[in-house]
Amino acid sequence: MSNTVMERLPANAATRGTLSAGRRIITSPKYAPVLVTLGLFIAMFVSGGVRYDNFWSPQVLLNLFVDNAYLIVLAVGMTFVILTGGIDLSVGSVIALSAMICAKLLEAGVPAAGVIAVTLVATSLLGLGMGLMIHVFKVQPFIATLAGMFLARGLCYVISEASISINDPFFVSMASTRIPLGGSASITISVIIALLVVAIAFYVLHYSRFGRTVYALGGSEQSGTLMGLPVGRTKVLVYVVSGLCSGISGVLYSFYTLSGYSLTAVGTELDAIAAVVIGGTLLTGGYGFVLGSALGVLVLGLIQTMISYEGTLSSWWTRIFIGGLLLVFIVLQKVLTRRRN
Amino acid sequence: MSAQLRNFTGSRIFWPVVILVGLVIVDVIAFPGFLDITVKEGHLFGAPIDILRNGAPTLLIGVGMTLVIATRGIDLSVGSIAAISGAVVSALLLNSPTPDNPWTVVQAVGIALILGFILGVWNGTLVAYLKIQPIIATLILMTAGRGVAMLITEGQILTLHSKPFEWFGSGFIVGFPVAVVIAAVVLILTMLVVRRSALGMFIESVGINPEASRQAGIRSRGLLLGIYAFCALLAALAGLIITSDQTAADANNTGLFIELDAILAVVIGGTSLMGGRFSLIGTLVGVLVIQTLVTTVYIVGIPPVATMVFKAVVVIAVSLLQSPTTNEKFANWRKDRRRPTPTKAIEPKREKVSA
Repeated sequence: MSNTVMERLPANAATRGTLSAGRRIITSPKYAPVLVTLGLFIAMFVSGGVRYDNFWSPQVLLNLFVDNAYLIVLAVGMTFVILTGGIDLSVGSVIALSAMICAKLLEAGVPAAGVIAVTLVATSLLGLGMGLMIHVFKVQPFIATLAGMFLARGLCYVISEASISINDPFFVSMASTRIPLGGSASITISVIIALLVVAIAFYVLHYSRFGRTVYALGGSEQSGTLMGLPVGRTKVLVYVVSGLCSGISGVLYSFYTLSGYSLTAVGTELDAIAAVVIGGTLLTGGYGFVLGSALGVLVLGLIQTMISYEGTLSSWWTRIFIGGLLLVFIVLQKVLTRRRN
Repeated sequence: MSAQLRNFTGSRIFWPVVILVGLVIVDVIAFPGFLDITVKEGHLFGAPIDILRNGAPTLLIGVGMTLVIATRGIDLSVGSIAAISGAVVSALLLNSPTPDNPWTVVQAVGIALILGFILGVWNGTLVAYLKIQPIIATLILMTAGRGVAMLITEGQILTLHSKPFEWFGSGFIVGFPVAVVIAAVVLILTMLVVRRSALGMFIESVGINPEASRQAGIRSRGLLLGIYAFCALLAALAGLIITSDQTAADANNTGLFIELDAILAVVIGGTSLMGGRFSLIGTLVGVLVIQTLVTTVYIVGIPPVATMVFKAVVVIAVSLLQSPTTNEKFANWRKDRRRPTPTKAIEPKREKVSA
């Protein structure tokens, strides 16, 4: 496919000039969904401001980050996996597991830094295990990560059935510290961590060999192998990345809720997948951006905010709206990729 | 005899059956009366009957899921469809002045099933006509469906008082629980239809190579649409059984994670997620393995909270045992043992065509 684009490029540029370059961006499966998402986000924010009082304040915008910091990190990890054409169903349970590990270890008196380190190593190892199952034993990503989902959720129950609250001073300060951004607007430290993760992921995906291999795998695994790319290593590593991101996400989640409970974050994997799709990543792999996924999370957050502002709509409309939005974006992706092929 | 035995040990359901037998042996050791079935007032009772009854909804969905997976698809929305059908039937019965009238119940059940069928047609349209990846096409309904069910129940847990409807969950037909009879009839009818007609072949050919089967004259779109509709219909039926059994419709929890159990049962039963060859008997074995596992956890005295961990261990064990890598290693090891000088050259290499 990239071949045909290359061949067409000079001819197009010569005949239609810069106008066609603009059109190509608008109709490309690579950029168009992200642009649509951006347009949608702006349109929603503007219409929200027109419709509701006190909507156009910086804090409403910043709260999207504050409330969804953990989901942004989760969507970043999911983007890596989906870019290779895989899927990770375990992320929701892994959030619960890492929050649980944090709470239990803190209760036992382990210092906060050690707790976070142990949590991140544990979730990365879980990701490694799933990656090895997928690559070495050729188990479908769907089934391997489903097993991971059961395992993580089950381990939560094994650690504790009851909710454990967190009183550690470091965690409490992470939960309560607000960084003022002028005026009355402020963000939490979690937001900074989330944005940092997005920035690192952006750098890795676009400026490192590993990142290029991730895209290549999603384009065509066979071509990747024939080109001599480290297919196996990359395939395993994306699940490690996803595990690590789920771990970070779980730590942020425990900053946010200050507790560990086995039944938290049920179904969060769906939110993460939805955010990645709405953010313009092609589910068959190969196309997509982490920035798009972050934007997808913000759109989901904005839907929730608008429904709470509306007041008369019950909260379960959120799910229906997200489902509808998913449909629109999937059909859009379909139309765009069909035109290209 | 030995050839038959070798056939069986080589088949895909050999390991799942071994695991099932292993679980039953563990149960019998831990609880000697495990296999006892007693007859009370003409009804059968006992742990094996409980396993069958609790497994019935999963088996119903598993049958539909097997066919969907055989076409190289997947249906994630079955849990939500089950929740919607339970919610619809409860709302209809609660708003009806005569919930104990069998005719009212028949009407409510009919409407719920038709609605399930329509939702399946929606899934099938997305997959067959808009050519959307099945996992995503059904993800839409999985996400939105619970919201719809919540709208129908208005966020409440609807408690039901309708004798004829309770029959689904707690009634008996010739000694067997109604749910078990329904699931068995559906399983047998489906097996007859797909194996005694060319339908099963069509399904497999669409799963193996959609383009080639289209050129061979199979109308794959209609076939896909029908299979998704059938799967959703069975999901709606399962939703009715679950709702009747609990005598309440809970939009949040009815059929929660049942899609995962059903997919698991199908995979344990040896049907590949890559589509093609499928085994409905395998799915039955898969459902029995999962349900027996849950029962075993209770009987052996492991805290029930650890069930999830054991499920994970079984999934990992089964998928590693069925993995081509393991099988190849195992085959090589056997060959090496039989012949001291391994002759790699004549070993037939199975080519795997990836999409």
